[in-house]
Amino acid sequence: MEKYDLRLTADVLVIGGGPAGTWAAVAAAKEGATVVLVDKGYCGTSGATAPSGTGVWYVRPDPREREEAMKSREALGGYLADRNWMRRVLDQTYENVNRLAEWGYPFPTDETGMSRRNSLQGPDYMKLMRRRVQKAGVRILDHSPALELLADEYGVAGAAGIRTQTGESWRVDAAAVVIATGGCAFLSKALGTNVLTGDGYLMAAEAGAELSGMEFSTAYAIAPAFSSVTKSAFYRWATFYYEDGRVIEGAGSQRGRSVIARTLLTQPVYARLDQADDTVKQAMRKAQPNFFLSFDRAGIDPFTQKFPVTLRFEGTVRGTGGIHIVDESCATRVPGLYAAGDAATRELICGGFTGGGSHNAAWAMSSGTWAGEAAARYARKLGARAAGRQAKGLSEKTGIPVRPATSPAASDTSDIVKAVQDEVFPYDKNWFRSGDRLKRSLERLETAWQEVREGLRANDGNLVRIRETAAMTATARWMLTSALVRTETRGMHRREDFPDQDPHQHYRLISSGLDRVEVRPHPLAQGDPVFGGAAT
Amino acid sequence: MIELISRERCIGCHQCVTVCPTNVFDVSPDDPVPTIARKTDCQTCFMCELYCPVDALYVTPYAEAEMPVEERELAASGLLGSYRAHVGWGKGRVPAAAEDASYLILQRMRAPH
Repeated sequence: MEKYDLRLTADVLVIGGGPAGTWAAVAAAKEGATVVLVDKGYCGTSGATAPSGTGVWYVRPDPREREEAMKSREALGGYLADRNWMRRVLDQTYENVNRLAEWGYPFPTDETGMSRRNSLQGPDYMKLMRRRVQKAGVRILDHSPALELLADEYGVAGAAGIRTQTGESWRVDAAAVVIATGGCAFLSKALGTNVLTGDGYLMAAEAGAELSGMEFSTAYAIAPAFSSVTKSAFYRWATFYYEDGRVIEGAGSQRGRSVIARTLLTQPVYARLDQADDTVKQAMRKAQPNFFLSFDRAGIDPFTQKFPVTLRFEGTVRGTGGIHIVDESCATRVPGLYAAGDAATRELICGGFTGGGSHNAAWAMSSGTWAGEAAARYARKLGARAAGRQAKGLSEKTGIPVRPATSPAASDTSDIVKAVQDEVFPYDKNWFRSGDRLKRSLERLETAWQEVREGLRANDGNLVRIRETAAMTATARWMLTSALVRTETRGMHRREDFPDQDPHQHYRLISSGLDRVEVRPHPLAQGDPVFGGAAT
Repeated sequence: MIELISRERCIGCHQCVTVCPTNVFDVSPDDPVPTIARKTDCQTCFMCELYCPVDALYVTPYAEAEMPVEERELAASGLLGSYRAHVGWGKGRVPAAAEDASYLILQRMRAPH
């Protein structure tokens, strides 16, 4: 693919137009860089944030409030988070959210006249971010997924991809690249996540970057069984029932989600939000319009009628694993390559347990800002040397196909996607893990990977599917290999054969490699308090 | 899943084609009304409905099952365009973001109940 229909040059290329990508683009442009942002879908509607509402970890700079905020989830996360990073994220998030207010985001005012800034409505937030990106002079290419990074011997130097609505190829030569492609939810249809197929992980791995915390990838959200609308938090006010109307003891949205998962293995589970009083009911409608959309349109009153629920897989979108970052600028170990948002590991502030939407939103805007600034500075440092680099597509180097197989016997992508989903969706394989089952899953994923390597056919003619399929297969392998290596229960990673937290495994797990997946322990930063044994 | 582009309401602005994150719609060569070309790619995120300026689209809440709809019934029941109304987008509306009561929910979630 030497000829490209569209060829651009920029200081910084941002891949992904969700919260992390848009903040990265704005920050890079503010540093004086020329920036191109490419999105697989449409910057403004793509990703998990745009169609939903999200809390934000917005905490006033009051020492006691900040201390409480940092402390609140350390135990849940298995003490793998880092206070230094938490402090930085709290500071940066506070600044960015206040900037959103200056930019005109209509934060609500409470009865005392105080502006309430710990929640964002996705559609409004992302529409505003698109406007700010455009205002910053960033060129946006919508419907333009990246298929591979470009690199020379000095590091990453851009990316190439396709414009799905025209079929044209594109190439952007850039001194630095920010990967902000989100996590991987394996096409589970959890709200807004079907564009999140781990594409950035695959591209980063092809460039030689590593991943971290991929065992913390067992996030499932509660949703009506028929619906995509995942909003687990509201189920705090639900009672869960068996089909015959008996209450399922111990089932709940937070601590009791395991009980729901276990019950769903054998029978349907019903919910009714019968614990909400009138104040909560009204607040819910005003907090999350799309939550009620499903019910209104299906003709269900969720406060008085029981409805079937499911747990929809959210993988590393709400799980904390992602690309390993090596310093405070969100650099990867590959020169010129940065990672932000769900694409990067969120263990730094959440450890091994999802921090809920609020931490994820805070992480996206903070890491996006840092990655964007650092990418711009890197480009400035490179200066004129950036021109005339003879960068090549990395898929050529690794041999992971970017084009359909020519062999008539090749599998279709949908077969492989199904095979991969069958190892990561089932609660008895991924919510409740055990060594034996993980080994069997990994054998099947090895077969899937071999088929990916030999080339797949996209029977619907969609070239992007081939890369998505490769990315999901690779992601599942990093997840389950890490899960096999961590022989304990910590954070959201639950091993039935090792139900306790092991103080000797108080470290992070770095995974890497495509054909051969490797996992190694990585000590926490020096100076971190070591709590390992005391926690549960 | 996306089930309807109203031929009566559609003004051919192609906003839905532009904003759909999973590229479900196609522009037709000789028809201003787009087609639902890749329905099974629809992720039921409702974004197309939100961006449609004339409430010509309808997404059912059923993420995995096709469910035919009757435009006249939807319009009569007020469901056509209901999401845009709830979110407060469109002329003369106040964005629901300005009345976001999430802080109340958060307060109550922290309180024992």
